[in-house]
Amino acid sequence: MVEAKTTSSLLYLDGITVSFDGFRALNELSFIIEPGEMRAIIGPNGAGKTTMMDVVTGKTRPDSGDVYFQQGRHDLSMLDETQIAELGVGRKFQKPTVFEMHTVEDNLLLALKNDRRVRSTLLWSSTAPQEQRIDEILETVRMTALRKRVAGSLSHGQKQWLEIGMLLAQEPQLLLVDEPVAGMTDAETHQTAELLKEINKTKTVVVVEHDMTFVRELGVKVTCLHEGSVLAEGTIDQVSSNDRVVEVYLGR
Amino acid sequence: MIKAFPLTRLLDRSAAVFLVLLGAFAIAIPALNLLTPDDAALHVSTYLVALFGKYVCYAMLALSIDLIWGYAGILSLGHGAFFALGGYAMGMYLMRQIGARGVYANPILPDFMVFLNWPELPVYWYGFNYFVYAALMVVLVPGLLAFVFGWFAFRSRVTGVYLSIITQAMTFALMLGFFRNNFGFGGNNGLTDFKDILGFNVQAEGTRNALLFISCVALAVSFLICRAIVSSKFGKVLIAIRDAEARTRFLGYRVEAYKLFVFTLSACMAGVAGALYVPQVGIINPSEFAPGNSIEAVIWVAVGGRGTLTGAVLGAFVVNYAKTFFTSGVLAPYWLFMLGSLFVAVTLLLPRGIVGTYEFWRAGRHERSAAALSAAAEDGVQVEATPPARQAAE
Amino acid sequence: MGRFLRRAVAAFVILSAALGALPAMAGPYEDALAGFVTDEFDDTADAIAKVAESGDPKSAPLLAALQDGRLMYSAEAKKVYIKDADDKVTDAATGAAVDNPPADIDSVRLNNRLRGLLDGVMGSLTLMSPDPGVRMDAAQSVFKSRDAGALPALEKAIAAEKDPRIKRVMNEAHAAIIVVSDDAKPEERIAAINVVRDRGGQDALSMLGSISGDAPPDVRKAAADATASIERRLSIWSAVQNTWYGLSLGSVLLLAAIGLAITFGVMGVINMAHGEMVMIGAYTTFVVQQLIRTYNPGLFDYSLVIAVPLAFIVAGAVGIVIERTIIRFLYGRPLETLLATWGLSLILQQAVRTMFGPTNKDVGNPSWMSGAFELGQMTITYNRLWIIIFTLAVFAALLAMLRFTRLGLEMRAVTQNRGMAAAMGIRTARIDALTFGLGSGIAGIAGVALSQIDNVSPNLGQGYIIDSFLVVVFGGVGNLWGTLVGALALGIANKFLEPFAGAVLGKIAILVLIILFIQKRPRGLFALKGRAVEA
Repeated sequence: MVEAKTTSSLLYLDGITVSFDGFRALNELSFIIEPGEMRAIIGPNGAGKTTMMDVVTGKTRPDSGDVYFQQGRHDLSMLDETQIAELGVGRKFQKPTVFEMHTVEDNLLLALKNDRRVRSTLLWSSTAPQEQRIDEILETVRMTALRKRVAGSLSHGQKQWLEIGMLLAQEPQLLLVDEPVAGMTDAETHQTAELLKEINKTKTVVVVEHDMTFVRELGVKVTCLHEGSVLAEGTIDQVSSNDRVVEVYLGR
Repeated sequence: MIKAFPLTRLLDRSAAVFLVLLGAFAIAIPALNLLTPDDAALHVSTYLVALFGKYVCYAMLALSIDLIWGYAGILSLGHGAFFALGGYAMGMYLMRQIGARGVYANPILPDFMVFLNWPELPVYWYGFNYFVYAALMVVLVPGLLAFVFGWFAFRSRVTGVYLSIITQAMTFALMLGFFRNNFGFGGNNGLTDFKDILGFNVQAEGTRNALLFISCVALAVSFLICRAIVSSKFGKVLIAIRDAEARTRFLGYRVEAYKLFVFTLSACMAGVAGALYVPQVGIINPSEFAPGNSIEAVIWVAVGGRGTLTGAVLGAFVVNYAKTFFTSGVLAPYWLFMLGSLFVAVTLLLPRGIVGTYEFWRAGRHERSAAALSAAAEDGVQVEATPPARQAAE
Repeated sequence: MGRFLRRAVAAFVILSAALGALPAMAGPYEDALAGFVTDEFDDTADAIAKVAESGDPKSAPLLAALQDGRLMYSAEAKKVYIKDADDKVTDAATGAAVDNPPADIDSVRLNNRLRGLLDGVMGSLTLMSPDPGVRMDAAQSVFKSRDAGALPALEKAIAAEKDPRIKRVMNEAHAAIIVVSDDAKPEERIAAINVVRDRGGQDALSMLGSISGDAPPDVRKAAADATASIERRLSIWSAVQNTWYGLSLGSVLLLAAIGLAITFGVMGVINMAHGEMVMIGAYTTFVVQQLIRTYNPGLFDYSLVIAVPLAFIVAGAVGIVIERTIIRFLYGRPLETLLATWGLSLILQQAVRTMFGPTNKDVGNPSWMSGAFELGQMTITYNRLWIIIFTLAVFAALLAMLRFTRLGLEMRAVTQNRGMAAAMGIRTARIDALTFGLGSGIAGIAGVALSQIDNVSPNLGQGYIIDSFLVVVFGGVGNLWGTLVGALALGIANKFLEPFAGAVLGKIAILVLIILFIQKRPRGLFALKGRAVEA
């Protein structure tokens, strides 16, 4: 199953098609993410961005097409969410999804890379390295003062950051980040861009975003989706000057 | 809180208070029954001992429901089935203990089998003359059923009301089955006329007190098991599943394994409760499988406060005491009105239940006083088990 | 009168008859009557045979009277009388009314031998009756009795018969006699076997089974072939019958579930008091019938027609009250809704129990719902037929309502996108209440129909609630067609399982199958896919 073109890729999507009741959410979608890359994915509503993430994380099975992870070693279309998460794919949802009843600290604890099996969680007790790691992440996402707060009481922006913190705690190889700056102030948006760039030093990141200022600030390769397939790919300037992109997306 | 020593993690203040009260109850009731003269003011009649014993078993059932509903969001409307299966396993042991003292004096076959002209004991009745075997079955049968049922249901991600409905269908199907004579469990009369348990007369005062005491011990052990689970990281994962199941999956937790573990454990607990219940009430019949019973048990938990453990026990005592009180007097015809109104009122007006509301109120007071004293005092007073308002049950 | 005395009198009568002491009689019929006066079974037997042979038109009524125990005799008067249903007595010989029958009048006694004889004789006698219904019955009774003695009469009747349906039955009866007769020629018997084969049915099967083992091989082979053919047809008919029963059960399930398909399927409200809405509809029917019985019994046949709209209104109103007072506070909390409505169901049951008492209420069937007719080899009862028709009508009306009315449009809008609907100026709270009222009202209508086939008691609804939920879930929540297919499929599956597993085990098997099915397809048969599911 390992083809030459998949060998260097971290994430390899080829000819993915997904339809819901006749509607093609993804239509022969293909692109490749190299290890260590940061990629921004843009596209109008209904372009298939979220469905693409669903396919990669195992929430939706493609009707046809290949999804390979880690140089073609794993066929993601055969695995479920849990297995894919264990392989090292982390996801941040469009709508911030944290465990509202748990404290910030416990949210991170649950996300922390660790044995996820029933027995080990039953017999679990805290260790110093784990404590230290949680402290570090709290520091990174600037939430140290909020560690005992119940997540449900956080503001929207804080939840976004907590979720990014949880992604970090998971220590995935690949981070899928869906609209991380929705509902953030300009300052927060800027901070988030810095944070993602920081994260990208050690991890591969795919960011789905509407906010063009933010995408520009990231300064990475951009893939524009339209009607379930890739419309254009390149730098933000190349993409935004592409006639067809202007037509379907930017040319309002 | 994470670094806390395991014992203090296991026993927070309300858990400690609960265990002390339960211990006092377990000692005081038999003492007041056995040691005081019948006409003393504080004397507890043997009738009351049996009644309290029954409540304790109900409390255990409620506890088992709270573990899965309160913490993992699994609303089982068929938990009465596990309770009844445990009860039947115990009932079968008690039937075999009757021996030749039955009406037909058959040393092997229970009376109802003689009556139905069964030539010999069915294979699945073998071994129930041994207490140890029966005790094993009390745990294994409900546990196995729950495991198989849960394995299918959780793997296919049947959740929420769908799960509730199929659990109800499960207990309904079992009820239909146990009503049949040819199932070999005594048909609609069930199993009754028990004589003795482990050589002690089930009717005797001493046995009744002992059974009450043992039930209390079982309740305490169950409570500690539940506490150990919910206070561990496992418990945190359960709550995470309850509140955001998909998110938990994306974090890499095998949600179905967690649910299956806790569901099976809960069913075993319900089975033990049923087994202790049967010798104290002296009968087990298919009506124990009725869906209404399971739903009623859920309301005990709701009244006490789901996700609190102590609330489940309290709810079982309060509702059942009310039931005993009202159904024995002139108000009997109105009991169903009251029970029905209780369902409505608790869900509308007291969604946190008694204990949950108390904890919420106490936590709120703490927060207010903490804020008044100093903003820096924050770390010391935050209470762990403070459930803020929860809306969706799924 | 003592037995000895009666015998003495009888002997005297015979003696007198022999001496010609009786008045002169007109013919063999009148002569034969004397045999009934002796009160001896042998004489009665002779008399029956003679009467039958006499060919007198009075024979048939006389023998019918004898069969019914209405043939009287007076030993003293040496006369035979016929008493009709109104106790009016006529002289059997002359047909004249008798105002003052003798005091010793008594009915002619029969034993089993005489009854058998009488049946056969009546069969052949009535074969010639001018009344086609009587001839048909006669032919069928000969078919059953296979009495070779009836053969001559039967052949005569076949020759005379004009009605093709009756003639066919007569031919079948004729064949039936030949089939079992060892005296008949083999070709005749084979021809007869073919006739019987074409008729089919359980009777034919047992008849072919009774062909003796020493019949000629050809005959036995023909019989075996015919048996196989009949059995094949019977199994098809039994499948048809099972399907019919299944449709009937399925329509009951559908009727019970259809309201739930609205409240649960469309609105997502777990209404455990749904069964009680059905019960309220059934009690409405009871009250309507009570009022009609008291004030205008002539309207009884219209009682259901009157009850349907009333049940809709009563149950719908209760539903609206429930929605406004309880359920609207619980939207988005399905499990809490479940508990609250369960409590509500207890309250409603107890309320009905307090008002009407705990016992079953007698709800009658109007005349057009009682009775049955035959279709091929199966019996179709009118009440089942009407319930199926009624169910489909309710279903169609509901679909039409949702699709073509303003209210239906608004209901769909609110359930699909509440916020958007509100923005469009739809009063969502009002629509919620009306939708719930509609679902409850339909449950009430179901109660009217179910009152015809089930016991009307406070527990009526409980029997349907689990089934209803399973039907809706099985069919796919939010899909009315799914509910229709689900209900009918479950009904038919249930009836096909019953012969193998018995009623209770069949039911258990269905429950287990549904549980397994829901595991495989958690969203039911006709699941919505895609993003809508997440909403």
